Amino acid sequence: MKLTDELKKSTLAALWFMFLTFPLLVIRVNTVTDTVEWRWSNMAFIGAGTFFMSIVWRYMIRKKNKGKSQASQDRASALRRFFEQKQNQIMALSILGIFTLAFPHIFSMYQTNIMISALIYVMLGLGLNIVIGLAGLLDLGYVAFYAVGAYSYALLNLHFGLTFWFALPLGGLLAFIFGIILGYPVLRLRGDYLAIVTLGFGEIIRLVLENWSDFSNGPAGIPNIPKPSLFGMDLSLQAHTVYLFYIIVGLVIFTIFFINRLQHSRIGRAWVALKDDEIACQAMGIDKANTKLRAFALGAMWAGMGGVVFAAKTTFINPASFTIWESVIILCTVVLGGMGSITGVITGALLLILLPEYFRAFAEYRMICFGSVLVLMMVFKPGGIIENVRKTYKFNAQAK
Amino acid sequence: MKTSGKPTSSMRRQNNPMTPLLEVNNLTMDFGGLRAIDTLDVEIHQGEIVALIGPNGAGKTTFFNCITGIYKPTQGDILVHPDQDTTIRLNGLKPNHVTRKGLARTFQNIRLFSSMTVLENVMIGCHPVTKTGILGAFFRGPSTRDEEQFIVDKSYGILQKIGLEKYVDELAVNLPYGAQRRLEIARALATNPFLLLLDEPAAGMNPRETQELDELIIRLRDEEGISILLIEHDMKLVMSLSDRIVVVDYGKKIAQGTPEEIRNNPLVIKAYLGEDIDA
Repeated sequence: MKLTDELKKSTLAALWFMFLTFPLLVIRVNTVTDTVEWRWSNMAFIGAGTFFMSIVWRYMIRKKNKGKSQASQDRASALRRFFEQKQNQIMALSILGIFTLAFPHIFSMYQTNIMISALIYVMLGLGLNIVIGLAGLLDLGYVAFYAVGAYSYALLNLHFGLTFWFALPLGGLLAFIFGIILGYPVLRLRGDYLAIVTLGFGEIIRLVLENWSDFSNGPAGIPNIPKPSLFGMDLSLQAHTVYLFYIIVGLVIFTIFFINRLQHSRIGRAWVALKDDEIACQAMGIDKANTKLRAFALGAMWAGMGGVVFAAKTTFINPASFTIWESVIILCTVVLGGMGSITGVITGALLLILLPEYFRAFAEYRMICFGSVLVLMMVFKPGGIIENVRKTYKFNAQAK
Repeated sequence: MKTSGKPTSSMRRQNNPMTPLLEVNNLTMDFGGLRAIDTLDVEIHQGEIVALIGPNGAGKTTFFNCITGIYKPTQGDILVHPDQDTTIRLNGLKPNHVTRKGLARTFQNIRLFSSMTVLENVMIGCHPVTKTGILGAFFRGPSTRDEEQFIVDKSYGILQKIGLEKYVDELAVNLPYGAQRRLEIARALATNPFLLLLDEPAAGMNPRETQELDELIIRLRDEEGISILLIEHDMKLVMSLSDRIVVVDYGKKIAQGTPEEIRNNPLVIKAYLGEDIDA
């Protein structure tokens, strides 16, 4: 009974799509010979395709509504238990560490370069995770701070000859200050309003960089940004890439360490509480404005440092690298990966940046894939690829 | 049952009728043309349990919101005297500062941090009595670790006291309704208050849970020395619990006194049941 019902609905969907796409996909008017070509085979493809997709969709929805199957739950908890054991953790981490260290020597420079970009996004994603995943502030102008970082390295180097290692903390600091300047007036807004204002701010920064030619050299950008140096040695291009790879790996590890500590601290808990309920949070003695500002500015700082690395990697920056699209990508890494979950955001960033690189052959369909993946994730796994699990604490129970 | 927490909260203060703990004078709150609270005076003394009652829309929750800094009162003074010689004016303070002064509250519509565990909810309450900042969290030195452990232990102690320790690692949102209300109280206790403001703590509770709540509130007063101001519609609870009852209607205080006096006050009966009840 149920099955025939599902089949009927899928058939209807297929018919409807065949009807909708009929004028576009079936009729072709050849204006030269004044003939009409009927491509019925297309219609058949559409029908069969839609029917199949609809069946799968319905099956998945049904499965989701039934709740998680016992088997998959067991698998998940077994995996978690496996990683909870200290020795397994150490083993997994050392395998990962050796692989990372060897990566630039095993793979080509092209691969290493891709990996560097991906790791920059991991860093950006983790930074934005503080703002969105922990504190729940929807920031759509995150790329502005990325631009601040990149331009501070480029300009400080151009005018004052500052090297990468000085620019890295300075870029972070400048972005941090920008975060405070922007955050202070804006953070009293909530949800969608905040999103729109930050979106506007992101565009303002880009437009300023584009139009204030005396300052930023306009759309022409700033070329010849030096790569980081290693004790003043002359490195080949290849060695530079390898060196940069290790730098970004180091930075990512530092970021993970920092965010992990912060997440499980008094401040980190206050952020999550603020995301859950602002009024109750204030009633618990938490300064709303101050706490939000810290999250916002810290997130900005990471974007700034990411920007410095980006400038060092590409050696050329112009405003076109800092469009709203970048913000969206970073946001997607956080949402797809799993808000508030460090492993989730890393996975999300790596997938989202690496997959399009390796599937360049399907570049035309990138947006379609991207869109459908987003929709599917939101329907079937709204918590992200790896959902955040709250920590449990060890306590000294008082004698009753 | 063992008492814990700061010594200040476990020591019962001297009951001095001259200086009340909380003193609200001439409080008025206007929303545009609507006067939600009209020249209200309320006093709470150390160790008292005071109930604020009144028909729906009488301005009780507005009164709470004024005291806790969510609204800024149009007129009047809100003063607290943590001890005999200190006076703190609460008007215009932000909610978080009011909490730091020693007033904690719960909410009528439960406002727990739903994505956090029960223990973490109480841990958030320890925020005003701890001080680790970003750098402290990053380096996690001995003082930070000690503070973390202090927060965890203190929170667990409070959960034990309230009787929620079996839910400790449960997500707050998954708790039964009555337990959620108690968790709100636990969370408020973590801020080390001397005055607890409870907004309809028994709403939605079954008779047994209400009975337990009654005992809990008495215990908080007797063992922790916390004074309590509560809004409640459950008259049985109000009558058995309170030392004093303040009745408001249309933002005005219409009566005040012991449960016995209030029960027989014609004005109160009129406010609750309408004009012609005895006709």
